[in-house]
Amino acid sequence: MAEIKVETVAKTFGTFAAVEGVDFTVEHGSFLVILGPSGCGKTTTLRMIAGLELPSAGRILLDGEDVTALPASARDIAFVFQLFALYPHMNVRQNIGFPLRCQNYPRAEIRRSVEETARLLRIDHLLERRVGGLSGGDRQRVALGRAIVRRPKAFLMDEPLGALDSEFRRLMCAELRELHDRIDATTVYITHDQLEAMAMADRIVIMNQGRVEQIGAPQEIYDRPNSMFVADFIGAPPMSFLDVQTSLRRGDRRIRIDGVVVEMPEVFEDRAEGQFALGVRPENVSFADASPLRGRVIGAEYLGTTQIVTVTTANGQIKARLPSAKPVQVGETVGLELRPDRLSLFDAVNGQALPSALHTGGYRG
Amino acid sequence: MAEVSLVDVSKSFGAVDAVRGLSLSIADGEFVVLLGPTGAGKTTTLRLIAGLERPDRGNVIIQGRVVTDEVPAQRDVAFVFQQYSLYPHLTVYDNLAFPLRSPARRVGEDAVRRKVQQVAELLHIEHKLDNRATALSGGEMQRVAIGRALVRDPAVYLMDEPLSSLDAKLRAELRLELKRIQRELGTTILYVTHDQIEAMTMADRIGVMNEGVLIQLGTPREIYERPNSAYVASRLGTPAINLIPSELLGNERVPPQARTVGLRTEHIRISSLGRSGPVARVHWVEHLGDQNHVHLRLAEHSLVTLADPAQPLKAGDEVSLEFTEPLYFDQAGNRLGAEQSRGHA
Repeated sequence: MAEIKVETVAKTFGTFAAVEGVDFTVEHGSFLVILGPSGCGKTTTLRMIAGLELPSAGRILLDGEDVTALPASARDIAFVFQLFALYPHMNVRQNIGFPLRCQNYPRAEIRRSVEETARLLRIDHLLERRVGGLSGGDRQRVALGRAIVRRPKAFLMDEPLGALDSEFRRLMCAELRELHDRIDATTVYITHDQLEAMAMADRIVIMNQGRVEQIGAPQEIYDRPNSMFVADFIGAPPMSFLDVQTSLRRGDRRIRIDGVVVEMPEVFEDRAEGQFALGVRPENVSFADASPLRGRVIGAEYLGTTQIVTVTTANGQIKARLPSAKPVQVGETVGLELRPDRLSLFDAVNGQALPSALHTGGYRG
Repeated sequence: MAEVSLVDVSKSFGAVDAVRGLSLSIADGEFVVLLGPTGAGKTTTLRLIAGLERPDRGNVIIQGRVVTDEVPAQRDVAFVFQQYSLYPHLTVYDNLAFPLRSPARRVGEDAVRRKVQQVAELLHIEHKLDNRATALSGGEMQRVAIGRALVRDPAVYLMDEPLSSLDAKLRAELRLELKRIQRELGTTILYVTHDQIEAMTMADRIGVMNEGVLIQLGTPREIYERPNSAYVASRLGTPAINLIPSELLGNERVPPQARTVGLRTEHIRISSLGRSGPVARVHWVEHLGDQNHVHLRLAEHSLVTLADPAQPLKAGDEVSLEFTEPLYFDQAGNRLGAEQSRGHA
């Protein structure tokens, strides 16, 4: 177990700033996910924590000790990569025990640690098998075993499930999280898959263009995104936005969208006339024949339990998550109702959320 | 009229039976998705239709003509592969125009320009026509690859996981777009994927394949609501259907032949203790934003169900369960009451 502190860390490659002033703390035993699109700087950040890259500025502390300049081998951290490389000529036992043999641990101790690790991962029945014949999931478990057998202070994982197909990935997510809880490890995990992040993280750090956009618990980020970027990146399908040209006064609980009045959480700021975006999540949209907010259905995607219906309005496209029993015709005009207390309002120019009864400040990256 | 039919087609590679006794008809303007895990025989089926493989047995019929012995170029099909194989030295325009300029077609440059323009607009890449193909994002490149198939007007488009190399967000966008384009143009598509969301959202009919056999063919709703086997039931739905021994229901209405009961997440209701029904313990509550997945333990079995984020549940809580619309499966995994339309086992 360990606490990892990343303090105003930056990294430039030539003139390209990969990471700019990133700040966060991973508490003892917690599971932190760094989430962002490719090129956002998440892998570079992880590699700096691992000691595989030297920061251009800032510090990295491991249990209070400044390890910024220490090489990877001197940090008690295990790294699990996306493409798990196993030694094909060795069996499962030899693969898992490899890191201990390299450090000349006594035979008996290697045997004990390997067997305990295999039990944790529920692959103890496979110990004498060659890795070549294993399923993708079991290979992934062996790779994890090799990472945890040393019992390092922290685990760093770079999209370890990226190569698996989607259903299997969901299963491994649950397994990884359970493993984390069982061995009480500190984990930093990288992904561009928001569902993985939502499913596993205690806290999520969302990065974009080398900077932190938001840090928070999954539900917090989902319910109160700081920016349109976050609102759009989290959620499947993501938040929908309606363009609104208006001015705002502190205390407003209504907004006019081309003459249609929509209720929303109380706004805490005066704003001059400008462009805003009203954000709504698909599960907070419903159909109401009488509603003056009208749109035309352009697609319905059946998902079994629910369906995602896409509606175009004069002010933008809205996606609604509706029960799949509801009959919906492509081409029909419908009235839309938005759940008032769950609406976010953004400044459409800089993309930032406006302070409101729903959004009361929070972290700003 | 059927655009494409496979009649009792089989194909093996050495000792591996890749496709076994497959019969399938795709109607004009229909979007059929073959869904199955790696090795199910989906891609081989596409290749058999395209003429890239020859069947050991059975016939391939395109627009009423038996094409089993014809080479790919003689068949009226267009293939979109998983990797967008574009010509890197050509512009988007020239990539799209390429299939029309083949000497066999003799399409005039004016007609080429009209067609390319039309397809580019359809795919929302008209502003990129002068770009080099390599100067595009992944999603744009895949759109060009699809566009290169669309400029032609074949009897059927064969698509082999064309979206699988894209990130989740782009995949969701292109799913909707591909379905829109198919509907607008009335094209016939046979699409192969292992992604159940793609199958559910785009298909008019889904064919579920496993080990070379077409196990069930039907609309997404039929496959989801009336699967003919436990296997098919477990292929669709996120989280996956819960399959538990039928005796756990402790209910006299369970049919005697039932061995396994399938419970979709939306068919499990959680209520506080005291109500009748089996008692389960909350193992873990997974927060996914729009909904919570509640992982339950019922005897030694795990169940997953959905709960509103507002519902106060935490690990360790004991709850009563109520099951609506259970699906019953016999010893062999076949659903009781299902019209059995299984292929050759």
